[in-house]
Amino acid sequence: MGVGRGGGGGGEAAVRKRWRVKVRLSTAAVVVWVLASAALWAGLHWRFRRAALHKAEEGLVCMCEERARMLQDQFAVSVNHVHALAILIATFHYDKLPPALDQDTFAAYAARTSFERPLLSGVAYARRVVHADRENFERQQGWIIKTMKHEPSPVQDEYAPVIYSQETISYIEGLDVMSGEEDRENILRARATGKAVLTRPFRLMSNHLGVVLTFPVYLVDLPEDAKVEDRVAATAGYLGGAFDVESLVENLLRQLAGNQELVVNVYDATNHSNPLVMYGSEIPLGTPSPSHTCMLDFGDPIRKHHMICRYRNRPHVPWSAITTSSGVFIICMLVGYIVYAAWSRYDNVKEDCRKMEELKKRAEAADIAKSQFLATVSHEIRTPMNGVLGMLDMLLDTELKATQRDYAQTAQICGKALISLINEVLDRAKIEAGKLDLESVPFDLRTILDDVISLFSSKSREKGIELAVYVSEKVPEILLGDPGRFRQIITNLVGNSIKFTERGHVFVQVHLADHSNLATEAKIEPVANGMNGHKDEASAISTSISQNTLSGFEAADSRNNWDNFKLLLSYETNEMPYEIDSEKVTLVVSVEDTGIGIPLHAQCRAFTPFMQADSSTSRNYGGTGIGLSISKCLVEIMGGQINFVSRPLVGSTFTFTAVLQRCEKNAISDNKPVLLHPLPSSFKGFSALLVDKRHVRAIVTKYHLQRLGIASEVVGTIELALSVLSGRNGSSLTSMGNKQPCMLLIESDSWGSQMDVSLHATLQEMQQNDRTHLLPKVFLLSAAESDKVKTIYSVDSVITKPLKASALAACLFQALGITQPSNENHNDSGSLHGRGGSGSLHGLLLGKNILVVDDNKVNLRVAAGTLKKYGAKVECLESGKDALTLLQVPHKFDLCLMDIQMPEMDGFEATRQIRAMEGKANEQADDGDDDSGSESTVKTAKWHLPILAMTADVIQATHEECTKCGMDGYVSKPFEEKQLFQAVQKFLDASMPS
Amino acid sequence: MEYSNLRRQTIFMKKNLFDQGFLDEQFNQLEELQDESSPNFVEEVVDLFFKDSSRLLTNIEQAIDKYPQDFYRLDSLVHQFKGSGSSIGALRVKNECSVFKAHCNDRSLEGCRRSFQKIKREHATLKQKLESYFQLLRQVGPREHAVSSRK
Repeated sequence: MGVGRGGGGGGEAAVRKRWRVKVRLSTAAVVVWVLASAALWAGLHWRFRRAALHKAEEGLVCMCEERARMLQDQFAVSVNHVHALAILIATFHYDKLPPALDQDTFAAYAARTSFERPLLSGVAYARRVVHADRENFERQQGWIIKTMKHEPSPVQDEYAPVIYSQETISYIEGLDVMSGEEDRENILRARATGKAVLTRPFRLMSNHLGVVLTFPVYLVDLPEDAKVEDRVAATAGYLGGAFDVESLVENLLRQLAGNQELVVNVYDATNHSNPLVMYGSEIPLGTPSPSHTCMLDFGDPIRKHHMICRYRNRPHVPWSAITTSSGVFIICMLVGYIVYAAWSRYDNVKEDCRKMEELKKRAEAADIAKSQFLATVSHEIRTPMNGVLGMLDMLLDTELKATQRDYAQTAQICGKALISLINEVLDRAKIEAGKLDLESVPFDLRTILDDVISLFSSKSREKGIELAVYVSEKVPEILLGDPGRFRQIITNLVGNSIKFTERGHVFVQVHLADHSNLATEAKIEPVANGMNGHKDEASAISTSISQNTLSGFEAADSRNNWDNFKLLLSYETNEMPYEIDSEKVTLVVSVEDTGIGIPLHAQCRAFTPFMQADSSTSRNYGGTGIGLSISKCLVEIMGGQINFVSRPLVGSTFTFTAVLQRCEKNAISDNKPVLLHPLPSSFKGFSALLVDKRHVRAIVTKYHLQRLGIASEVVGTIELALSVLSGRNGSSLTSMGNKQPCMLLIESDSWGSQMDVSLHATLQEMQQNDRTHLLPKVFLLSAAESDKVKTIYSVDSVITKPLKASALAACLFQALGITQPSNENHNDSGSLHGRGGSGSLHGLLLGKNILVVDDNKVNLRVAAGTLKKYGAKVECLESGKDALTLLQVPHKFDLCLMDIQMPEMDGFEATRQIRAMEGKANEQADDGDDDSGSESTVKTAKWHLPILAMTADVIQATHEECTKCGMDGYVSKPFEEKQLFQAVQKFLDASMPS
Repeated sequence: MEYSNLRRQTIFMKKNLFDQGFLDEQFNQLEELQDESSPNFVEEVVDLFFKDSSRLLTNIEQAIDKYPQDFYRLDSLVHQFKGSGSSIGALRVKNECSVFKAHCNDRSLEGCRRSFQKIKREHATLKQKLESYFQLLRQVGPREHAVSSRK
């Protein structure tokens, strides 16, 4: 135990360690999984973000390019128009004399074409005036040249006063454009290049940021590659316009989609390191965001411009980047959780399974221990109980006072009850342990039923219950099976029935399963094919009988009433097609009673061990309730089923099936002990008339008579019987032919008070009339004790119920004065009963040489004495060694009985050596006789001395050890006749030739 | 008259022996073995038993007093004693031997000692009773005794 517990502790520690490792592993797995999932999430998010950014950038570039191009185009259109205006001036102001243009015309024209120049807030024309011409010019115009600050212009080399201007900027008329730093430079550059030039951005008078465009007007059409000097010389004036870049871009942007999200800045990047803002806020956005720069070409070769676009807001992370990756993350987590849960569940289940396994093992062990305990304890109780019972037996043999005897008998009855209970418990334990093996021996079912009946006859008589047995004709006479167990089941059921029945009957029936089934099936159909012979009587009596059962009381299972029974019988008398040859015979045995029945609520646990209907049951009727459960087990082992129909206060019918094997009578081998008690055959050819108003009971009586070979006929009343006897009725009874019945059996309840007188009178009369050769003997069938009844009724004999064939036969012998033939089956050598058994032991041992080895002199002497008594020649030895020397191979012994515990050399060792010796001798004989062929085998087999162990404790372990070391069996010490016979029989029977 | 009296006395005595549990069925069987060929079979066997058992008792006593105790040897000695006892049907001796063996199994020296004392007592009683019984039997004579053995 201690070792086991230690092992268990070690295992537990190992399990705990494994568990800890597992926990650690699982934690690590969880962490790794979460990290991996997070990494996946981050990766996905980054990717999505990248993609979104990229897309935003692309959009930005696209939008920026679009804006730049549009701006550039519009600008170019405006410049072109200014160019056209310049040519207009050159054409109509200078080429015409007098000039076709004046301020009004210009203003009108410019105003009407201003839609062509959406970017220019207005255009003006300034004429080139050199200082020499100033006075002339001033005079001509009527005003003096003023500077930009509206002051009279100081003396300059040349001036550029505005002469024509669009109305929108008419305020600059007369101002010298060259006085402004920006403008001057612009003018110089424009007339040098002949192209439109731009100033750097500055605040216009409208307070908008803007640039001024200046375009030279030449007097002559100059070629493209004209020199600067030529250009300067040819310059007549300058056309200028202010680009209101701010409003321009604003207008432009307003037209385009995505205006809101974009921040557009336009720079003059002529001075690369310090770009000047042309449009847009100077304040840089708080966060650096992706921007795109587009170059702008406004046609001025010197000035460089560019446009920078960026998103107003930092491009937000798209939702999808968060949702998708989060979704994936969640899925990962879920998958992880599922895996984890499954894993841990698997783990738990495995652990549970392991625990379960352990528990199962323990439970099984406990069950085995329980069974063993039960077996041991029952055995231990049985042994002393046997002593107690034996002693009580002996006590009862002595001379006792009546009261003492009563006490002793009571004690004995109690003891026997206890023993039977213990046996039942032991049985159940054995069945549960699967240790119960069924025998398969031939037996006579009818005899067994008779035995059971006689077992309960006194009880049934005491209670006044009708107890009867009926076995169908078709049930084979000899069956192969386990008679003991079969009897046990029936005894159980009948015992129960009798215990719980106060009035009415207990009826045991045996049918073949096929017939029983047929009858149940046919029950639905109207019963048309009843037995014809019964029709008239049935009609006569049916009024008086309410229930057609054995005793007249209602039974729980209606299948057993007369109608059905009749049907069953009819099937049996008519040859029903069923397999005669089949090896198996399925019997249906039903035990019907009219007792208290089983309460409905208790019916479901009727077969549970130690369960009685309720506690009051055991109080009133006693018993433990183990019987039914054992019966159920036994029936199931026999391959059958047991069930019951029960109605409280009406009765119960237990029905079970059993599969047995058919066995032909002549097929029984002689050496098998067959428990057969053939009935006397002296009654063959007799006939009887039975008076019984109950059909079922009549059938039972008929069945018993039939077993004795007596043909019988049933009539309902004595009057009918008498009329049959006297032949007045005229109805000849078919089964008897012309023969007169030689006995008249009358049920006691058919017997009226004055019946005997009239009966006798009739019989006398019949004899006198010589109408009968022989007066039938009159028998009364009665449940009461025969002596009493016989004196009351004047009949020849009284047959005491319950009926059974052997008792019936004995009674008939007595009454009819036939001498009973002496035991017909005297030749049964196998029978172990009574003196025949010891006689056969005598026969077995007579003249045999037997060696007895025992170190105990007393035992030796007793054994020798016993064996000698049976006629054996005995030699005694006191040690195993002596036995060895005496048993050198050619020896004369037929049998050796050997004690196991001996000093020097014990029985096992001695046997082992003897066997070795024999083996050697056989080998030699084999070698020597090799030539002689077939004879050698005979000789080889010769040297095997049967050795039986003599042992005081006959337990399994010893038996196994006996056979292991070459012994052939064992006998108990001191000898028990029966056991000795059984042990010796198989060895000496075979070597019988002497 | 005296003869039948003696016979009755024998029967009574045997019955007493049985009733008090000194003897069991085996003794009856022994008596059944007795016939013309071996008229004193029972007495012979019983004598043998007492001779053998005195030797065994001495051996057992020595084994008990020996130190250290060899319970195995003690057990086998008692087993022998029990075997021969059961052969003649000495019920009480046999039972006490079983008790002794149980003590051997438990290795209880004290129990063994107690048991041994009881065995010795039983043995002595039985010896004395059987001796007087045989004496009585001899007076009755072999012929009658054969009848008496049939219960």
